[in-house]
Amino acid sequence: MPIDLANAGLSSNRGDADPAGPVVAYKDVSISFDGKPVLEKISFTVQRAETRIILGPAGCGKSVLMKLANGLLRPDSGTIEVFGQEITTMPEKSLFKLRARIGMVFQESALFDSLSVEDNVAYRLHEDGVPEDEAHKRVVEALQFVELEHAIAKFPSELSGGMRRRVSIARAIISSPDLILYDSPTGGLDPITSTTIIELVVKQRDVSHTTSLLITHRLQDAFVLARNRFNPETGKMELIPNNGIDDSTKFLVLNEGKVVFDGTTEALVHSTDPWLKEYIS
Amino acid sequence: MPFVSPEEFAKEKIAAVQDYALLSWHAVSNIFSRPRYWPDIFTQMDSIGFGSLPIVILTGFFTGCVLALQSATSLQAFGAISMTGNLVALSMVKELGPVLTGLMISGRNASGMASELGSMKVTEQIDAMRALGTDPIRKLVTPRLYATVFMLFFLTIVADAVGIAGGALVSVTLLGLNASSYFHTSYRALAYGDVVQGLTKPLFSGFIIATVGCYFGLKTKGGTQGVGRSTTQAVVVSSVFIIIVDFIVSRAMIGIFGR
Repeated sequence: MPIDLANAGLSSNRGDADPAGPVVAYKDVSISFDGKPVLEKISFTVQRAETRIILGPAGCGKSVLMKLANGLLRPDSGTIEVFGQEITTMPEKSLFKLRARIGMVFQESALFDSLSVEDNVAYRLHEDGVPEDEAHKRVVEALQFVELEHAIAKFPSELSGGMRRRVSIARAIISSPDLILYDSPTGGLDPITSTTIIELVVKQRDVSHTTSLLITHRLQDAFVLARNRFNPETGKMELIPNNGIDDSTKFLVLNEGKVVFDGTTEALVHSTDPWLKEYIS
Repeated sequence: MPFVSPEEFAKEKIAAVQDYALLSWHAVSNIFSRPRYWPDIFTQMDSIGFGSLPIVILTGFFTGCVLALQSATSLQAFGAISMTGNLVALSMVKELGPVLTGLMISGRNASGMASELGSMKVTEQIDAMRALGTDPIRKLVTPRLYATVFMLFFLTIVADAVGIAGGALVSVTLLGLNASSYFHTSYRALAYGDVVQGLTKPLFSGFIIATVGCYFGLKTKGGTQGVGRSTTQAVVVSSVFIIIVDFIVSRAMIGIFGR
């Protein structure tokens, strides 16, 4: 494990308005497109080192919720605080600085197709003027983390869907962000590749303790995340003994633009809500 | 196409003008603050300027040729065939060189910008760029704007030169005129105001091509079909704007220089 990446989450309160407060806090957030409400009065918080899994049927506003978290979209009403800073009224210029602390993995990877894997992963470093030698070293480390160092010279069009998703994860973690947003990282992938991606998310969660939000519509991926841990000795993901559940992993379930569940894995599994029971069955 | 109320239609159009104005303002003003993407500016200069050279040379050359051929018939009726050089030079430098080059570059580059940025928009690459802390206007639009304005100025000079050369070729080989006389009348025909007029127009055309191309690219919605729609709109709107602005600049220049 590269030291830089392993320590990524340890410096996670740099410049926070309230270091002890939540990393992400939504308060009564609503947004609509063309007069149609997509999210209505959404409120929840994500604590430091927490992994928040966002579940919900297709079209319930999960990706919109994610894009609101780093200011790619602005809500019609309500407030969103990230690292204790109110971002809904923040000018775009200030948002660019804030986003330096946030890594994002897009639904379709969103790699720059005219750049090689190395340039894609090093994009943020090049923007920050990091010297070429150091940038190359850090790209190799990030690609080793996602086990794709052999693909460094390839272009996105030469990669499979799973490989693209892994490059996207490498690009998101290279600057050791304090918050990672995973927008359906397993969407459209086969089960084996999905497990590889989830293993990377578990590895990032358990090794770096980075706060993260993860969207998925695959329940099995969500429960793999909740019931597994990363073993640094074997370098593999394994089940938590005695049917254990990871404490830092929590759930937020959306339906028709509203929060229908906000809590722990245990509470989700034992929920008596009829819709929720049917959804997770 | 769904029916929209006149109020909604008017609001949409006003919002579009506002967005276009803001995009243009940011694209222009970004050059005065850091970071500046000089490598991107030079890459765009190569792509827009050097890449467009063949079509500009061909268009300019054959426009000069046909201008000489067509005008010779009328001039012969007045016994003024020796004035062919005069007519070709004035037409090329004041009007046809700037306008045709603008239209050709619009067809090649406004469409290219709209499709490239449109594809990036629909594949979330623009959002990825913003998420990585980069201003897409600064990174994508500003280099294209300055590269287009700068290169279109020189491409227009090239088009004017090859147009006059094309006219010379036709005049000498087909009309039997003296080459020295042709170039002499061409040179004598041009006044300072004509050259200023001819070289002011590409500055406006370059601005229109880049801002309109990038505007439609960044506003793309609806997948690959949307990219096609944006590309078409970019070429149509920029071409119409170039011709309208050509008229306005011509009128202003005639007002200033009296010709």
